[in-house]
Amino acid sequence: MTLLAERPGIIGPDEPDDHGPDDLHHEHHEGPTGILKWLTSTDHKVIGKSYMITSLILFFVAGLMAMVIRGQLLQPSGLGISFQTYNQLFTMHGSLMMYLFAGPFAFGGLANYILPLQVGAPDMAFPRLNALSYWLYLSGSITMLSGFLVAGGAASFGWVSYAPLSNATNTPGAGADLWLMALALTGFSAIFTGVNLVATVFYLRAPGMTMFRVPIFSWNMMVTGILILIAFPVLFAAVVMLFCDRHFGTHIFTVQGGGSPVLWQHLFWFFGHPEVYILALPYFGIVTDIFPVFSRKPLFGYRGMVFATMSIAALSTGVWAHHMFTTGVVLLPFFSLLSYLIAVPTGIKFFNWIGTMWGGQLSFKSPMLFSVGFLFVFLIGGVTGVLLASPPVDFQVHDTYFVVAHFHNVLVGTAVFAGFAGFYFWYPKMFGRMLRESLAKWHFWFLFVGFWLAFMPQYVLGLHGMPRRIADYAPDTGWGTLNLLSTIGAFTIGCSFLFFLANVFVSWRKPVPSGSNPWDAHALEWFTTSPPPHHNYTHLPTIRSERPTWDYNHPDHPTTPNKHQQRKIDAQKKEQEKETAGVGS
Amino acid sequence: MNATPTGSTDPSPSQDNLTADTVPGRGANGAAPSTRRRWKRKPLVAVGLLGGAMLLGGCDFYPTYWADRGATKQGQDIFKIYSGMMTTGIIVAVIVSLLITWSIVRYRRRSDEMPRQFHEHIGIEMTYTIIPVIIVAVLFYFTVLSENNVDSTVPASVTSAQGKPVVDITVTAFQWGWRFDYPNLGVGVAGELTNGPNDHGPQMVVPEGETVQITLVSNDTIHGFYVRDFNFSRYAQPGVTNVFDLNVVRLGTFDGQCTQFCGLYHTDMLFSVKSVTPDQFRQWASTQVAEGNTIQSSGSGAQNTAPSSSPNQIGCGQGNCPAGTAGAAPSSPSSTAKAAA
Repeated sequence: MTLLAERPGIIGPDEPDDHGPDDLHHEHHEGPTGILKWLTSTDHKVIGKSYMITSLILFFVAGLMAMVIRGQLLQPSGLGISFQTYNQLFTMHGSLMMYLFAGPFAFGGLANYILPLQVGAPDMAFPRLNALSYWLYLSGSITMLSGFLVAGGAASFGWVSYAPLSNATNTPGAGADLWLMALALTGFSAIFTGVNLVATVFYLRAPGMTMFRVPIFSWNMMVTGILILIAFPVLFAAVVMLFCDRHFGTHIFTVQGGGSPVLWQHLFWFFGHPEVYILALPYFGIVTDIFPVFSRKPLFGYRGMVFATMSIAALSTGVWAHHMFTTGVVLLPFFSLLSYLIAVPTGIKFFNWIGTMWGGQLSFKSPMLFSVGFLFVFLIGGVTGVLLASPPVDFQVHDTYFVVAHFHNVLVGTAVFAGFAGFYFWYPKMFGRMLRESLAKWHFWFLFVGFWLAFMPQYVLGLHGMPRRIADYAPDTGWGTLNLLSTIGAFTIGCSFLFFLANVFVSWRKPVPSGSNPWDAHALEWFTTSPPPHHNYTHLPTIRSERPTWDYNHPDHPTTPNKHQQRKIDAQKKEQEKETAGVGS
Repeated sequence: MNATPTGSTDPSPSQDNLTADTVPGRGANGAAPSTRRRWKRKPLVAVGLLGGAMLLGGCDFYPTYWADRGATKQGQDIFKIYSGMMTTGIIVAVIVSLLITWSIVRYRRRSDEMPRQFHEHIGIEMTYTIIPVIIVAVLFYFTVLSENNVDSTVPASVTSAQGKPVVDITVTAFQWGWRFDYPNLGVGVAGELTNGPNDHGPQMVVPEGETVQITLVSNDTIHGFYVRDFNFSRYAQPGVTNVFDLNVVRLGTFDGQCTQFCGLYHTDMLFSVKSVTPDQFRQWASTQVAEGNTIQSSGSGAQNTAPSSSPNQIGCGQGNCPAGTAGAAPSSPSSTAKAAA
């Protein structure tokens, strides 16, 4: 209630606007400064930036591991890295990317910063919980990385940690325990953020911001929050069980004591498959916000988009065993059918994105460029995903490089292409300065070319029989040439990020101010200053559609109403006319 | 290893040609006009028929897309659905890519004129919801047919109609090697930790043209039994016994490898499958028994299937026994001392 009472006044485009968007008279806060300010902050913008910087650092660490992995596979005998080191490297590469980068970058970083702005809220619903979430995430990340410092090295059982390989007999040592603890810590950080995302969208929307006017990015983040609440508690339970098996003599996952190793796979993938969509939906949301802006059109099929997001989320809780087709102990047709069906809402999204561009005025600024790159990359990931939904095809390519190529198509498409699209898009909002377009284009083209070079050969390698997670291969397998190409591609991807770092450096040293709305964007966050003041808004525009800032800036170009809406408008007009006629007579 | 003697009798392709002939045959028998009329009325039937023709047609009809056509009957079934789905996938990917490319080329910003602000079209949206549903329904139908074929097994006690026996093989995966036990023949072959580029691990010998029934188990962690030319993999898991049939239809040696990450030496967990004529197979079996490669004497990893006389004796078939590994008990952590070579 108080929150509503404290809301800034609402002004329409016709009303006099005394305080411009640049008015910062709310920015007046006593309190700690410097590092203490950062440590004690509960501001979603500070926490969002911390999340983003931390996750990007971890992304670069994991990326460097990928470079070493690709170096080792460059040719038979590669760099001569030991099996033990190699196993640790691919485990940590996967763990960092999946648990500590792709998710937190989206829901901890971008969503934390942007979501309250988009729905017109002064902060997240539970700011202290939000701060706790970040500190749990940071400590969990440090815990996971510290595995490299202990005797025996970091965890080395793959990011899926299959029992019984992950028990105390097969993987002794503190590295595995640290890995499990890190999952518990970051799992809770995700749950707390999930609670915040859902509560913020449900309860802190600005007046006029109905659910069907919430931008798709925030919609998707809300659904992601629900998926987090479904999936992460299961992961936490599984981690606790595994820890008990390792240290307290339980036999939940060991056959000798009457347990079942397959149970781990069920629990893990019941988390793991929604997790894949926890990583995908936010990035779908990012590009869904970007396409309309650079097409100068409203999103095509807004309600279809919401429907598709909800269907993906619902289906994603029923497809986990498609990771287990080759175990021989799951009901193949059921999980196959549901996996196939996920292609339908994903397809709807694709056609909606194309429909948004159709008939528009497209400009290829860096966010749009990365979004279009995402379309192509994710398309191939989606198509090969449909192949893998077929159990016989899965028997053929399961655990080969075909699968490796598939999920890199999906995850690099989302977390990297769409993720950096979002970064380039919202960087001006977050820092009040622009990134350089030319460097961004270099970044894109190196990444785009490098990506295809790195991962298309891996499909062929998988079909030629190269299993995943092997540290070496014999020369007579004939896998050398394709691996060489893949490694060159991976290094090209690595190089592309030098342009990114250079871009951030240049923007830091020689800032070009961005103004509040450099892209002529649509959603509410572009109405406030860049960066926004404390508690985000001094005043709000009237919200009549999902793009209030556009409506404010382009009153002559509102969204064309559909037949149903037109009828409603006509009826209203008629009623008004009647009323005025009645008054006149 | 991919070299296939073309002369080798291969029952499966001829069967496939038979079914392939029946599909156009139906049209040739005067049914063509009615089919065409049906197509007009129900365009969806056309999609179904196209898919059906793809999946029922002969092997050679399919593009390989870098896969093998399958050295087993089951592998050929899988290959067909793989190739059919890959074709469908490529068509879909090309259409969508063209749509994307068209939009980014055609609608590139050329002026500051404001585009029409349309935001939905129920008809178009319904169309691109329903068409994917139909596509995946068709794919699902053929998937179920295919997976039922692949997963069907001959009951172990039954001999096939031609009077050919079913060859039972118990495959035991362990860290880091394989055991192949032939309970009916008394043969047991095992090997572990392959060394050097020319070592392809222990070898499973199977008769071509007969049904081989594999009982797959694991002694420790989860492993993946995978032979690339069979287009097939299956987990070997502790606590789970997986049974499946392989009908090898091609003579040759096929490389296999553990695909499920199983610990330090996962990389070195190779094996191979050699298919020989049934006569050669029986001969091979008696030689193995004479050489002492029997179930009883093959030591490590035998706890599941046979009483092991001594864990230090590993019957290394095919002379593939890697030097220095014979004494190591594979399940004990001490064997991991060969770290980081």
